[in-house]
Amino acid sequence: MSNENTPIVSVRGLTKTYDGGHQALKGIDLDIREGEILALLGPNGAGKTTLISTVCGLVTPSSGTVTVGGHDIIKDYRVTRKLIGLVPQELTLGAFDLVGDTVRFSRGLFGLPPNEDRIDEILTDLSLIDKKDDPVNRLSGGMKRRVLIAKALSHEPRVLFLDEPTAGVDVELRKDMWKLVEKLRQDGVTIILTTHYIEEAEEIADRVGVISDGRLLVIDEKANLMASLGRKQLMVDLRAPVEVLPDSLSKFNLERSDDGLRLTYTFDTQGERTGITALLQALNAAGIGLKDLNTSQSSLEDIFVNLVHRDHER
Amino acid sequence: MNVEAIKAIYINEMRRTRKTLMQSIASPVISTVLYFVVFGSAIGSRIQSVEGVEYGSFIVPGLIMLSLLTQSISNASFGIFFPKFTGTVYEVMSAPISFFEVLVGYVGAAATKSLIIGTIILITASLFVELRIAHPFWMVAFLLMTCIAFSLFGFIIGLWADNFEKLQLIPLLVITPLVFLGGSFYSVSMLPEFWQKVTLLNPVLYLISGFRWSFFEVSDVSVTVSLIMITGFLIACLIVVWAMFKTGYKLKQ
Repeated sequence: MSNENTPIVSVRGLTKTYDGGHQALKGIDLDIREGEILALLGPNGAGKTTLISTVCGLVTPSSGTVTVGGHDIIKDYRVTRKLIGLVPQELTLGAFDLVGDTVRFSRGLFGLPPNEDRIDEILTDLSLIDKKDDPVNRLSGGMKRRVLIAKALSHEPRVLFLDEPTAGVDVELRKDMWKLVEKLRQDGVTIILTTHYIEEAEEIADRVGVISDGRLLVIDEKANLMASLGRKQLMVDLRAPVEVLPDSLSKFNLERSDDGLRLTYTFDTQGERTGITALLQALNAAGIGLKDLNTSQSSLEDIFVNLVHRDHER
Repeated sequence: MNVEAIKAIYINEMRRTRKTLMQSIASPVISTVLYFVVFGSAIGSRIQSVEGVEYGSFIVPGLIMLSLLTQSISNASFGIFFPKFTGTVYEVMSAPISFFEVLVGYVGAAATKSLIIGTIILITASLFVELRIAHPFWMVAFLLMTCIAFSLFGFIIGLWADNFEKLQLIPLLVITPLVFLGGSFYSVSMLPEFWQKVTLLNPVLYLISGFRWSFFEVSDVSVTVSLIMITGFLIACLIVVWAMFKTGYKLKQ
């Protein structure tokens, strides 16, 4: 399984149509590499949770196959489920259970013999150790989220699914959570998270997948994605305002600011020629004096919005 | 076989009982004592013996069955309904555990609770009336089979119910009348002939009758029929529960 070429999770032609007729997944193909952090981005109802739930065994696929560690999730569910930990989106915990009890329960449920030291270790990692004998319903929302993570980690999974882990979580916990994710990654745990917060994906993920309307629109290294889909803009500040752009500049599709003092040129970073040199020469030839130059790169958020938007227009 | 998972579910459920000790164990005991005071002492003292058994003793098997049935159903139904209600069932559904193992864990715990309650009631009863148990083996057998069968039945209700009202509906509207009309407090021979025949349609009658036979060797129907009925009910429940899990009934989409 440590073979880099064998994906730890492999999804092929996965579709899911719910009883009500809603088609949540429309043919997903996805390979998740061992040890990576994969962020799945997508608007509400895109199918992120359905995808995760299917891999974890909560949703029966309509067609297609999923393997985890090379084992089929339906035929070899006992093997695959042991490899997986799931932190659900909602704070679902038995209200009266004690923190220690509920984590112990999870460990047993996933087939591991009791190991109090291991449970203490997990609780310590999540700063929950002093809450071990507290009932779950007396904890704050953030603490409950930690308990859910502790439960998911109790059976030492190789793949951890975090469904919207930072929804409604304060800044401090979010930072703690990313520290934990980093630590888990060092231990070789593969992490798949869904999120609305694009900055998070940008900050923490190795690869980013964008899901919209039951389809995986794109999946790539974060850097590649930003490079291939990212657009750069060159802002040219002028000495004097221009009222009308000369015809010689029309091929650059420049945007003129209202006060006429700034021109914005958008170019593709992947293009063979960015056109910057030509633009500057043309500006010079037109007798437009430059004051300053700036470039900016589009963020993952812009890319995401563009992709989803484009998909909806299809 | 994921033995650790069965253990985890079983222990978790039993822990719930310990936390709600008053509700789980004390309340059936208290209500049984009340039945004894009212039916056994107050009214029973004016009733002649029934089929050679003193009335106070005669009602003991029926009372135990009454508690056993209602407790098995409510324990098992609540045991699976509550995780569904709070959403924590996701964990069981995503665990490397088979339907059979889930069943053994939940139903085993519910049946154990009922068995404990039944035993406590039996001990409580022995403080009030003189009890003799003619066939201890068969008594235990009836006790066990009833606990398991009705815990299974409760499990089905817990899976089926999607709100608290439904959870109470069947125990209240079906089980309680069946138990009361199944000869808990009387012998069927005391009824008019027409109602004797109607009573034969009540499955609970066979349980109580068989159970009572194991104590006093008196019964409304033959013990063999009682055994066949309870076994049949057990198998029917197993089939229903199996079908529910097979189709992912209300748990899986």
